[in-house]
Amino acid sequence: MQRSFIARNPSVLVFLAALALFTILVTILAEGAGAGVISTSFVKTLGKTLCLCLVAVAMDLVWGYCGILSLGHFAFFGLGGYMIGMWLMYARTEEIVLSANAGAALPMTPQELSDGIAAQIFGVVGGSELPWVWSFAHSLPLQLMLILLLPGLIALVFGWLAFRSRVAGVYLSILTQAMTLALSLWLFQNDSGLRGNNGLSGLQNIPGLAEVPQATLSLWFLWASAFALGGFYLLAAWVVSGKFGSVIRAIRDDEARVRFLGYSVEGYKLFVFTLTAMIAGIAGALYYPQAGIVNPAEIAPIASIYLAVWVAIGGRGRLWGAVLGAAAVSLVSSWFTSGQVPAVPLGFYTVEWTDWWLVLLGFGFVAVTLFAPNGLAGLVERIFIRGAK
Amino acid sequence: MSALLEVSGVTVTFDGFRAINDLSFEIGPAELRAVIGPNGAGKTTFMDIVTGKTKPDTGRVLWGEESRSLLRMSEAEIARAGVGRKFQRPTVFEDQSVFDNLLLALRKNRSPFGVLFYRRSAEDKARVEALAAEIGLADQLGRLAAELSHGQKQWLEIGMLLAQEPRLLLVDEPAAGMTPAEREHTTDLLVQAAKTRAVVVVEHDMEFVRRLDCKVTVLHEGRVLAEGSLDHVTRNQEVIDVYLGR
Ligand SMILES: Nc1ncnc2c1ncn2[C@@H]1O[C@H](COP(=O)(O)OP(=O)(O)O)[C@@H](O)[C@H]1O
Ligand SMILES: [Mg+2]
Repeated sequence: MQRSFIARNPSVLVFLAALALFTILVTILAEGAGAGVISTSFVKTLGKTLCLCLVAVAMDLVWGYCGILSLGHFAFFGLGGYMIGMWLMYARTEEIVLSANAGAALPMTPQELSDGIAAQIFGVVGGSELPWVWSFAHSLPLQLMLILLLPGLIALVFGWLAFRSRVAGVYLSILTQAMTLALSLWLFQNDSGLRGNNGLSGLQNIPGLAEVPQATLSLWFLWASAFALGGFYLLAAWVVSGKFGSVIRAIRDDEARVRFLGYSVEGYKLFVFTLTAMIAGIAGALYYPQAGIVNPAEIAPIASIYLAVWVAIGGRGRLWGAVLGAAAVSLVSSWFTSGQVPAVPLGFYTVEWTDWWLVLLGFGFVAVTLFAPNGLAGLVERIFIRGAK
Repeated sequence: MSALLEVSGVTVTFDGFRAINDLSFEIGPAELRAVIGPNGAGKTTFMDIVTGKTKPDTGRVLWGEESRSLLRMSEAEIARAGVGRKFQRPTVFEDQSVFDNLLLALRKNRSPFGVLFYRRSAEDKARVEALAAEIGLADQLGRLAAELSHGQKQWLEIGMLLAQEPRLLLVDEPAAGMTPAEREHTTDLLVQAAKTRAVVVVEHDMEFVRRLDCKVTVLHEGRVLAEGSLDHVTRNQEVIDVYLGR
């Protein structure tokens, strides 16, 4: 018999312990818990970062382990945000409409209620009827299911078509870019029924929890995000640690050879592609209530490319590397783009970091590719693990 | 005696060039066969056809007692039906240990869900260890395949083939780049394997073929030029002209 999964993978335990410690520390120091050292908005930033780490774990699974360079996984992330956003907006607007009508003699008919909600939500885009895509928005369980089902179904159909025709490598990457571009363009249209470029907003207001201050809510979301990251990290580590991981790494390294061993490569790719799309959906569903707004710009093709960059910088084929990359790059990125970094006056030109951050990121990416092909995780391993031997 | 594999009238063209031209070939269930021929004769392409990598323009490829056609099956299905293949250049999974390479090849449930919930039994472990001993890598199980020598990689690949328990083994130039001692070990492995299954060995090297001591098929420009014992085919004038004469 094999030793237990945790015994064979002590690093998983280390990661979970570090994540728990981080969450406890932030909680103690947060405004919501009294200490007040960490502002509510920074708690939200940290919570969002955990969600980005989660989608990076998914990206590492599909790219780092299975070798499918999907440049479309942020579309699934955005879809998860839209799915939870629809319920949040609907239920919250329902509360507002009902309370506005509270003094009236007659209770509202369902039709009046629905019209009232539609007028509130779609006023900005000149609509007054609920589009069909909102059919399930009244029901939290249904929208929660859609967070999994919609990205999963799209990934399943897309992957089936692409993998069956043996589209691989750079062609697959381009196809996934086309997918995310098409989705974002569709969402940009007003008549797609998701408020066009306005997107869904006010998502930080949780229906039924109006009295709970944001300082507290931000902690709840931090915990939920940490819990999801820990849980899916465990799942991903389990998936890659056994024979399944052996097969998908073999597919990454030489898929023709794996076919001649009798494995249906397409089935494995489809499984990993779909599973990771669903994980990305969950990550998005936890991210956007903390961000407050989701709009089509979020799933622009470039977002998925950034995701690949995070994983590459962090270190492909190591789950904790992906987490490290996503956390480091996204936090540094939000610092540079926040305008808090002092500009560098060169006399003839002043370097504003909000403009130049991307250039810096580009150089960082090139440097990692050239000097640390295994990313930050590879560097850490070289310094600590090799050093310890 | 009915054949295990029966290839008949197969033709393959690449951009108008006939790589395989009306080829017919047969092998029984426990037979060792050497296929020789000059570079570009179509030996690798022949293996591509049998393993489903290349679809022929015309012809039949029939398999097993029920004479199932292999032409409509995918590479993975053909492999599961019992055809194992060793490539010309050693292809093992360098990033993984010798043990994991063998475990990957072990004849087991190949479906994604089956593999996901696979738990290694003591029996499987013993089987992998026995295979490693057979290919002379018993003390290398924990090493990464990337760290093996060229010859060891070739053996690991042969070991992976045996782990699949195929009924037909197709081996493309196994002795290329091996030292004489390594060649001898390889010959033993193949002769041993052919006692219980069909083995087709593509080889360049005459000395190696002589040591296999089996029926020989000579391929030239995509068709069979001669077939029989090594002495028989080397006496054939056509064979001498196109192959040995150079
Ligand atoms: N995919 C391909 N496309 C075009 N020509 C090919 C292809 N595969 C093989 N050939 C050609 O078919 C002929 C036979 O090749 P091959 O089977 O590799 O020969 P061998 O293994 O006997 O040296 C060669 O002339 C080769 O160039
Ligand atoms: Mg060849």
